[in-house]
Amino acid sequence: MTNRNHPYLTRRAALGGIALGAAGLALLGRHPRSVWAAPKRKRGKEPKAKAVIELWMAGGPTHIDTWDPKPGAGRDYTGPLTGTVETNVSGIRLGESLPMLAKHADKYSVIRSMTHGINGHETAAYITQTGRRPGTGEQRLVYPSLGAIVSAFKGYRNGYEGMIPPYVVLTRPQGRFAVEGFLGLTHKPFVTGGDPRRDRFEVEGIVLQGVSDERQRSRRELLKKLDSLGRAMGAHPALEKMDRCEQKAYDLILGDAGRVFNLKQEKAAVRDRYGRTTFGQSCLAARRLVEAGVPYVTVNSGGWDTHKRHFESMRQKLPDLDRGMSALLEDLQQRGLLESTVVWWSGEFGRGPRVQWEEPWNGGRSHYGRCFSAVVAGGGFEGGHVIGKSDARAETVAERPVEPHDLISSILLQLGIDPDARMPNDRNLDVTVQPKSKKGRDVGRLTEIMG
Amino acid sequence: MAAPRRTLGVLLLFAALAALAPGGASAEDAAALIPPYEGRAGFEPVNAIDVAVLAELRRRGIQPSHRCSDEVFIRRVHIDVIGTLPDPRRVAAFLGDESEDKRARLVDEVLAREEYADLWTLKWCDLLRVKAEFPINLWPNGVQAYRRWIFEQIKANLPYDEFVRTLLTSSGSNFRVAPVNFYRATQDRSGEGLAAAVALTFMGTRFERWPKPKQQGMAAFFSHVAFKKTAEWKEEIVIPDPAPRGPLAASFPDGTKTVVAPDEDPRRAFASWLVNEKNPWFARNLANRAWSWLMGRGVVHEPDDLREDNPPVNAALLAALERAFIASDFDVKALFRLILNSRTYQGSPIAQSKDPQAEALFAHYALRRLDAEVLIDALCRLDGRGENYLSQVPEPFTILRGLTRTVRLADGSITSPFLEMFGRPSRDTGMESERNNEPTDAQRLYLLNSTDVHRRLVGSRWLRRLVQRYRQKPTTLARYIYLTLLSRQPMPLELGIAVQHIRAKPRNPHEPAVDVAWALINTKEFLYRH
Repeated sequence: MTNRNHPYLTRRAALGGIALGAAGLALLGRHPRSVWAAPKRKRGKEPKAKAVIELWMAGGPTHIDTWDPKPGAGRDYTGPLTGTVETNVSGIRLGESLPMLAKHADKYSVIRSMTHGINGHETAAYITQTGRRPGTGEQRLVYPSLGAIVSAFKGYRNGYEGMIPPYVVLTRPQGRFAVEGFLGLTHKPFVTGGDPRRDRFEVEGIVLQGVSDERQRSRRELLKKLDSLGRAMGAHPALEKMDRCEQKAYDLILGDAGRVFNLKQEKAAVRDRYGRTTFGQSCLAARRLVEAGVPYVTVNSGGWDTHKRHFESMRQKLPDLDRGMSALLEDLQQRGLLESTVVWWSGEFGRGPRVQWEEPWNGGRSHYGRCFSAVVAGGGFEGGHVIGKSDARAETVAERPVEPHDLISSILLQLGIDPDARMPNDRNLDVTVQPKSKKGRDVGRLTEIMG
Repeated sequence: MAAPRRTLGVLLLFAALAALAPGGASAEDAAALIPPYEGRAGFEPVNAIDVAVLAELRRRGIQPSHRCSDEVFIRRVHIDVIGTLPDPRRVAAFLGDESEDKRARLVDEVLAREEYADLWTLKWCDLLRVKAEFPINLWPNGVQAYRRWIFEQIKANLPYDEFVRTLLTSSGSNFRVAPVNFYRATQDRSGEGLAAAVALTFMGTRFERWPKPKQQGMAAFFSHVAFKKTAEWKEEIVIPDPAPRGPLAASFPDGTKTVVAPDEDPRRAFASWLVNEKNPWFARNLANRAWSWLMGRGVVHEPDDLREDNPPVNAALLAALERAFIASDFDVKALFRLILNSRTYQGSPIAQSKDPQAEALFAHYALRRLDAEVLIDALCRLDGRGENYLSQVPEPFTILRGLTRTVRLADGSITSPFLEMFGRPSRDTGMESERNNEPTDAQRLYLLNSTDVHRRLVGSRWLRRLVQRYRQKPTTLARYIYLTLLSRQPMPLELGIAVQHIRAKPRNPHEPAVDVAWALINTKEFLYRH
């Protein structure tokens, strides 16, 4: 897999097939294939998606002001955002703050009937990211997030050879729970740190200002000479593993793979199109990562927990979202990547459709898990549809409820990962990738837009 | 961090002495020793632990490692017992001390340090799942009250039996009677869920693996715990369920059946069975855990998986530890002291035997990476700047300005990219294996090349002062860097390499000095407990 566009990024190419050697192969072969191999695909179906970009709106983004406007519900529900915009798909209208996304409605489908009913950030984030409800199944387990699941099935143990880790989060960790769950440290995301909006995107560990390549090499020599305990210990499995990690780290530091984070390689017009904000430039970085073969990228966008001054915040946040996300979809399509890249947008829940005008909120919106919206595009998902329906005030699901695990299972299916298969793990746990979805019309997985 | 100028001469004198007589090795066996890590050949048992370890090694024909050097010992005992690198002045004094009992005195000194309670509170907060958010949801106030209570008990060295009895039998508000948080700190508050937490934490066994009747027998003791909300945000009262009930049939994990009278708190009935020197799990669990905390591996491994089909690798050793712990009236510090003074603990990490079982049988000290919190604290000492923590909880307790030691961090939900990357336990299950010290690519990238580490080195006032003071004396400069970062003097070869590197840029010695410090913090010697 990987890297049609950037052949120089593969690890094997960088190592020239030498350094990996027997030790490296032994590492790759450490887990019997029966444990970690991706389950067989259903006959005849080539998976459509190769990668996923998750646009995560941490804190709980408003649904009534964005994807599910209710202009008829009155100002106690709309607040000052009373208008809607027509999209390029007849019959679909969005909130007035998303005019650019409105021009690309044919590329994505809006789910207006997401529901889990939980209003606590931490539990809701867990449910929407993992598809699992706490306290169900093996109760003492914390399950992995979608990104960690994909990194298990599409990562180093299943043929990924890129030098950039297979699960990348831009730019801050999500931090509500241990997203790798029981899969352990190797399936934690690589969190970039830094800020892509800055002149230089300082990706923690990969891009270091003030140390030339020459100095890097001289330091590496010095370290090798001064590593006395390492020499005294001789062959030792943990230390050998550390040496392999070091070798890989230097391939990244001194090689070309890190250039994927150099957004200056993009034309100024492209960077402008995405918006010169942290979110916009993170979307651009996500596109570059997917182009380089990384299977899962999360753009973690914070600040959506708007209990107070909600509408003031939205005046800043929605145009930023509108520009960045529409640019991403447009750009992916122009590059022919949208077909093979799932883009999904969600937060842990929506926000209370009824505006809290009273003290101390003074025009805020509360947490709302009973009914909210999510968006899915690309990677085999048809665009231009609305799935499900909320009631006249966006307060309850009126038609076709979609639970988080339905959405996650659908994304996995597009990637060729069977959600009902056994989840590979080192703990010998007998659990499936996702809980079972309900079967039938207008319920369960998003089969109506999966071709 | 820098030693005052007047002690320099003394330091160098000690260094010379240490070089002349490395740890008191005699001339014959010096050839086999690897300086600066090994001090003396042979294995002379000093206590019952050593007798048990040595007997098993002999039986299997495994050669134990040499005794570690004083340099290794002082670093090891600091990191293992109080989670800090030793002060360089203390190192110099210790290396220069020629008295016979200096290691035993050092052990006492370190056990008495105030950082002791910080490190072991951290350990207990891992096991007791002290975490504000998902999936434990103690919430910030509960976390702070609970952590403070644990800290005070450990600081006072409360006997372990009292510690456990209090955790199991307290009733009241989670803010005011902090140990009741034990019952709140679990995902599953059913009788089974609470019993599973008790079995894991204090018996070191996995409840899930038990046959159903045994599970139900123990769950009965915990099926009448009530949780009541109050008007206070996230306050919860934990009490024996006031609803009237008849006599309660229950059975202890050893199979003994009992009936708990209607007016009796079933938790107390269970606690008096468990917290008892005759109980086959209670003392054994802690003895095994304490051994694993200091030696890197339990006599029963995993240390919280005691069961019949997972026998101890050395039954006599576990029995010796258990006996000693009971004889001390459950004094954890006394148990630590016994282990720390043993010849087994004081072994070098360099194996003398190629037997694959050598490490599991404690023939040498097990090499392992510094725990995430200890490592970030060691890095923070470079420039005196604390780590930046992240929390999603908008609570006053999460404002951590001025917290410069991560080992004091109360809440498992408060984190940083560093802690995540280096495998700090998530405190979801309370299992020892949650702490993950496996090396990963991302860790290596971070240490070798992150802006964070680079800024700490470049911004280190300690290093800048050293460079200013000794810019004309690169040998002294290199010695200080070694003494501070690796707790020892450089070997002549290492000194030559470091000095040559510093001399290459006479106009700007700060940059090459940064490189030397960078190289040392990236050595296995710095990153691993050894």
